[in-house]
Amino acid sequence: MLAAMSFVIFVLIGLMPGDPIDLMISANPDVTSEDAERLRKLHGLDQPLWQRYVNWASAALSGDFGYSRIHAKPVFDVISPALQSTAILLGLSFGLSVCIGIFSGVFAAYHQNRRLDHLINFAAFAGISIPPFWLAILLIILFSVILRILPAGGMGTVEASSLWESARYFVLPIVSLTIASVGSHTRYMRAAMIDVLRQDFIRTAQAKGLSPSRVVLGHALRNAMLPVITVVALDFGALFSGALITEMIFAYPGMGKLIFDSIMGNDFNLALIALLLATAMTLLGNLLADGAYVCLDPRIRLAGGSR
Amino acid sequence: MNSSSIPYKQSPPKALWVQQFQNRPLGVVSIAIIVCLIAASALAPLYNFVFNISPDQVDLLNRFAGPSLSNPLGTDELGRDVLSRLLHGGQISLFIGMVAAGFAAILGTVLGLTAGYFGGRLDAVLMRFTDIVIALPLLPVLIVLAAIDLGELGLSNTFASHEYISLVRIITIVVLFGWTTTARLVRASTLSLREQPFVLAAEAQGATPARIMAVHILPNLTSPIIVSTTLAIGNIILLESALSFLGLGIQPPTPSWGNLLTNAQELIWEAPALAFYPGFLIFLTVISFNFLGDSLREALDPRKNKAVE
Repeated sequence: MLAAMSFVIFVLIGLMPGDPIDLMISANPDVTSEDAERLRKLHGLDQPLWQRYVNWASAALSGDFGYSRIHAKPVFDVISPALQSTAILLGLSFGLSVCIGIFSGVFAAYHQNRRLDHLINFAAFAGISIPPFWLAILLIILFSVILRILPAGGMGTVEASSLWESARYFVLPIVSLTIASVGSHTRYMRAAMIDVLRQDFIRTAQAKGLSPSRVVLGHALRNAMLPVITVVALDFGALFSGALITEMIFAYPGMGKLIFDSIMGNDFNLALIALLLATAMTLLGNLLADGAYVCLDPRIRLAGGSR
Repeated sequence: MNSSSIPYKQSPPKALWVQQFQNRPLGVVSIAIIVCLIAASALAPLYNFVFNISPDQVDLLNRFAGPSLSNPLGTDELGRDVLSRLLHGGQISLFIGMVAAGFAAILGTVLGLTAGYFGGRLDAVLMRFTDIVIALPLLPVLIVLAAIDLGELGLSNTFASHEYISLVRIITIVVLFGWTTTARLVRASTLSLREQPFVLAAEAQGATPARIMAVHILPNLTSPIIVSTTLAIGNIILLESALSFLGLGIQPPTPSWGNLLTNAQELIWEAPALAFYPGFLIFLTVISFNFLGDSLREALDPRKNKAVE
């Protein structure tokens, strides 16, 4: 799967304008066309695409991922800090969004078709429909331009005086990414909860005289979580897209910005690995969802369905 | 007795869903907003004619002007009329949204119908493929696609640099990834329709699979297709504006709601209002299409009618 993806991405990147040698020529007028030919041979760029892929893959498998052209460092030295930043951003906003989404979704489903439900539903739709980059710009206008309490972007300096001083830079990106994804989480949760609350075993639980909170939290929630986990995990790719936009606007040095800059700057090695990692992370999210599914629903293990 | 004299006991289904739909104020308001937005963008040339301006007309003496009679929403950093640029941007964004959603719906319907009707290995392969497309980190992949040099695909340079090519390119890119929801819904409905007696009867009469799919199954898929297409329009407009915002979609000076925001982002300290309008229009359009799709789903799906609950 990953191997297939790596080939597809390799071909696509090969189709982008300009190769490294062209860029070298335009940067340095002293390079003659004979030099360029020699360099192409040296780097194997005169070979057909599939041959270059085989070369790259065999090097990659032995642990050599090449150098980043823009940063003039091995690819992994560039990627690992970006990966950390993105993990913080994605992890925190994903966690926040899922928690808020579950809470408000359950709340809305419990009060189905009453005013509160309509209000939550409306807010969820607004969250889904709001363009993430516009939301980020609005947040910057409000908190950085008008109120001047939070920075508009970037990352704190190394000699940050306090924890708050460096945490300030995370607030706006996390808030905007959370708002962008909480809407769909709420709607999934609400729909699943409404389905479950209609079922017979809920009526049984109520008839036993259990308190509403026991019925909802003890009996309904676990069953409603099952379908939600699948869709939320499938949404992980969308969340990554949202992270890319958020990182671009806030100049947050994460994977999304790295991917964008490396593609725009023709940094092939970097773009390739970064895109592969992004795909791998998304697939890993889906795998984790399958795992969580099994934990929550023992019936699947008994059925022994192989996926 | 003549069979046509038997009176209808039920109102025809069309009236039923129209009634259902009319009971949903959000859906009706959404339609009104969408019609207004489409009409306003379509009338952009008329607006230009009345006020005697064009969206590309630069007036450096009149930069960042506030709202006035000649420029109802003021001017931007080059003194161009903001409202006129918004309306022209709307033409592009709405056009892309609806055309791309249409193509995506066709692609999704064909794939979903084929997978659902033939089943078996073909179904497994197609649905696995759908899962993979859904699981991809969409935006990074789109960025790569948008950065591809069309010259290397064997297209001539004059063709690749043509003015409309960025329009065609972005529609193609969005369609390539926008068909999945429709395909899944259509497949699910086809799976149950395939076992219905009228399909079995048609098979027994020797109808070809193509005929059964087109004549007997497709008409019954109208409502899921309409609903998913409506919802897709909103998503596609969001996607297009995101790509244009990143500078990979519609290229300036042609305005689109996305690239109007790119400019405005650099100017938020001088002119925050410039960043407000285009985003607000995207938001309004997308939320209207989403509410419309949701209302249509509830109106078209008899199981979700309030009477049953």
